[in-house]
Amino acid sequence: MTETPARRSAPPALPSALGRGGTATVLLILVLIFVVIATQNPSFFQGPPLMAFAKKAAPLVILAVGQYLVIVSGEFDLSVGSLVGAQVVIAARLIDGEEGMTLPVIVLMLAFGVLVGLVNGLVTTFLGVPSIITTLGMMLVLFGAVRFWTGGAPTGSLSEAFRVPGRGGIEDLPFLGQLPWAALIALALTVGAVFLMRSPFGRSLMATGDNDVAAAFSGVRVRRVRILAFVGSALMATVAAILIGGYAGVTAQVGQGLEFTAITAVVLGGVVLGGGRGTVVAAALGALTVEALFTLFNQLYLPSTIQPSVQGLIIIAAVAYAARRGDLRPPGRPRRRPDHEPEREPGTPRR
Amino acid sequence: MNAAPPAPPAEPVVRMSGIGKSFLGVRVLHGVDLELYPGRVHALVGENGAGKSTLMKVLAGVHPADEGTVELDGGPVSFEHPVQAQRAGVATVFQEFNLLPERTVAENVFLGREIRGRFGAVDARAMERATAALLADLDLVGIEPWARVRSLSVAQQQVVEIVKALSHDARVISMDEPTAALAESEVEVLYRIIARLLERGVAVLYVSHRMREIFDLATRITVLKDGRLVDTVDAAGTRPADLVRMMVGRPVSAVFPDPLEPTGDHHGDVRLEVAGGGNSRLDDISFEVRGGEIVGLAGLQGSGRTEIAHALFGIERFTRGGVRVDGRRVDPRSPRTAIRAGLVLVSEDRKTQGLALNQSVLANARLVLDAVWPFGSGARAARLPGVLSCLELVARGGDTQEVRYLSGGNQQKVVLAKWLATEPGVMVLDEPTRGIDVGAKQAVYRLMRELAAQGVAIVLISSELPELIGMSDRLVVLADGRVAGELPGGSGEEEVMALATGSTAEPAGPGVEDPRITAAAADHSDDPRHEEAAP
Repeated sequence: MTETPARRSAPPALPSALGRGGTATVLLILVLIFVVIATQNPSFFQGPPLMAFAKKAAPLVILAVGQYLVIVSGEFDLSVGSLVGAQVVIAARLIDGEEGMTLPVIVLMLAFGVLVGLVNGLVTTFLGVPSIITTLGMMLVLFGAVRFWTGGAPTGSLSEAFRVPGRGGIEDLPFLGQLPWAALIALALTVGAVFLMRSPFGRSLMATGDNDVAAAFSGVRVRRVRILAFVGSALMATVAAILIGGYAGVTAQVGQGLEFTAITAVVLGGVVLGGGRGTVVAAALGALTVEALFTLFNQLYLPSTIQPSVQGLIIIAAVAYAARRGDLRPPGRPRRRPDHEPEREPGTPRR
Repeated sequence: MNAAPPAPPAEPVVRMSGIGKSFLGVRVLHGVDLELYPGRVHALVGENGAGKSTLMKVLAGVHPADEGTVELDGGPVSFEHPVQAQRAGVATVFQEFNLLPERTVAENVFLGREIRGRFGAVDARAMERATAALLADLDLVGIEPWARVRSLSVAQQQVVEIVKALSHDARVISMDEPTAALAESEVEVLYRIIARLLERGVAVLYVSHRMREIFDLATRITVLKDGRLVDTVDAAGTRPADLVRMMVGRPVSAVFPDPLEPTGDHHGDVRLEVAGGGNSRLDDISFEVRGGEIVGLAGLQGSGRTEIAHALFGIERFTRGGVRVDGRRVDPRSPRTAIRAGLVLVSEDRKTQGLALNQSVLANARLVLDAVWPFGSGARAARLPGVLSCLELVARGGDTQEVRYLSGGNQQKVVLAKWLATEPGVMVLDEPTRGIDVGAKQAVYRLMRELAAQGVAIVLISSELPELIGMSDRLVVLADGRVAGELPGGSGEEEVMALATGSTAEPAGPGVEDPRITAAAADHSDDPRHEEAAP
């Protein structure tokens, strides 16, 4: 009798699912934005513009899926924006226009991504630094290191082969025109993440974000699982960097602020901060929704400088909505019996 | 408290009649009547979900009633807010305390109506004096008004809640399972406080699952089932079994089921052996559990029961001594190693240690398989539906229901399913029936018997002595992190408490200093290991 009947009753079925802040809600919002875009620009749904949209949105989808892995495990990754920037600059400098260097440099970038993810994960889990601080630090470290290394302005240039995934695609299709590689890569990674979350690893990750003590008591290697989530996020950021570099080229500002756009996307998808709830598909749809919103702003001739403000409002509104629905943890800590209060749980020294 | 005056006090202080309440169209209370008399304890019992807490909350002003009337001293009242009820002298001590951990006892007691001194500043001294007076009134020592609430034990925090209620001149105090988090010895303190409250003419509404407390304290008992009033009876002349039958609507054959015929292997094999285990909180822990045996760990709160469970399960490791499971030496460094060795722990706190509340029944039930045997968890997981149906888990919404929507009893069944899926050889159950209703308790007891019959070695930890004694084949009694002795199952509660509190007269035999030796030798004189363990 510790719960009220309201909490015990089964969650409502489909009719109210649209308002529940999950996949259905974000899909509804996405469709609404598309409808508004179509009224402004009826040619938007004629294939090529839609494919251009998909190409542009693909990196954010990939970043959102990476961010999802970390958020669902109960952590944050603020370093992905800087990592994208660093990876693009590394690629430009090391490839320096030489086609033959493309593949080796991509392998090196992936290795660098793994390294960054490992450092984020190890510092967070073993040193007990809250991930929001760890990755904020990593964001600054990468940002500064890249500027130091390049002397302020990026040097070198990307090879043509490097730019294919971000720019190219399957050409001359009927109706669609070009089917961008970027969209296919984003789709493949999203589908892969969906299956990952259904695997034993994914379920362990989800349980860790929901209740890391219970997960550790169930034999989950909580630290390892979280470290792998950070590595996953960093690898996704690396793939996003390849696409963004190919699409937009090399600038000093590349990647800036992307971590917040990715978090906005994930939160908009109804993935609950603090972990343990939400789906990959919702995070990906959240990314498409954010990108669609920006596209709409372009059509309305709103200056792009307003975008951060809009992101901020979305984050607050989405989290407030989740809080109202009671998805967030109550602020109070569960009562513990005094005889084992100061206990250290395995793998989870924090929280 | 059975010594309460026999003549019924003339007028009830609270009269609730025809109380009805719905949440989101679900009716949880149907025309319930309840009368509370000054100086009397009125017990409110029923299974989880019967409507006890809702009725309490109606009285406390948390939820206004949809229908029916509440009268206080004969005049109708309608509390819209808990503060209103408090001001009128109706206080409630909820299970979850509403205390501010970083504030002092006095600040908590006077929260929201601080005593002001000159210039309107809060007069901490005056509040502390007033709090000290209230504590002294209840004969309570050991709680300083200036102590931070965080530094107090759960029992002391509960006292602060009660004092807070009294500071409002409460004439009615409701308590929601006040002993759920208390140790046996702390319950005595609560009894004393309640006796003092009754002397002052306070009416107490007491919600509890524990039969003994109900019959120790209450003069009248109201039974609720499915939101309806079953009956209100006098405690005298009612037997616990009658009460249980009223609560569940069917007779519960015996409180503790009898052992079953052995069916599996491993009967009589030593499946768990602890020799000289120790760490910062435990010393020289030695005992063994055979297949088919249920061994109870008895002892006061803080005596090391849970610590042993945690050491076995690799949470707080033994730094000395050794553990063997099925004869193989294991060093449980983490729950994972323990699980792999076939030793599992049903931990005492379902919500913080046992379940991922936002995940489905199935996700929780297969979590251990996923985590420990990620490859080939499929074959084991295939057994899960069977395990779940065996446990008679009734969840609206089926296996995909999120466990936070389940009742306490069903949540516990999910936890048990999670561990049964691993087919453990040794199961440690820490407070497996805490906060679950009578029906679910029976299911847990039957399950334990069944597992024992299949040859599982079971270690049971429980703060409820009758349960521990009734279910265990043997009791290992702990005191101060050491084994104080062993007793056979069915021993008297006095014997167990005497060992646990160290209040036994020293054994007479010359040279026998340690009561453990005599107690163990009396029981297991054929077992040489106990002599080895002696200093």
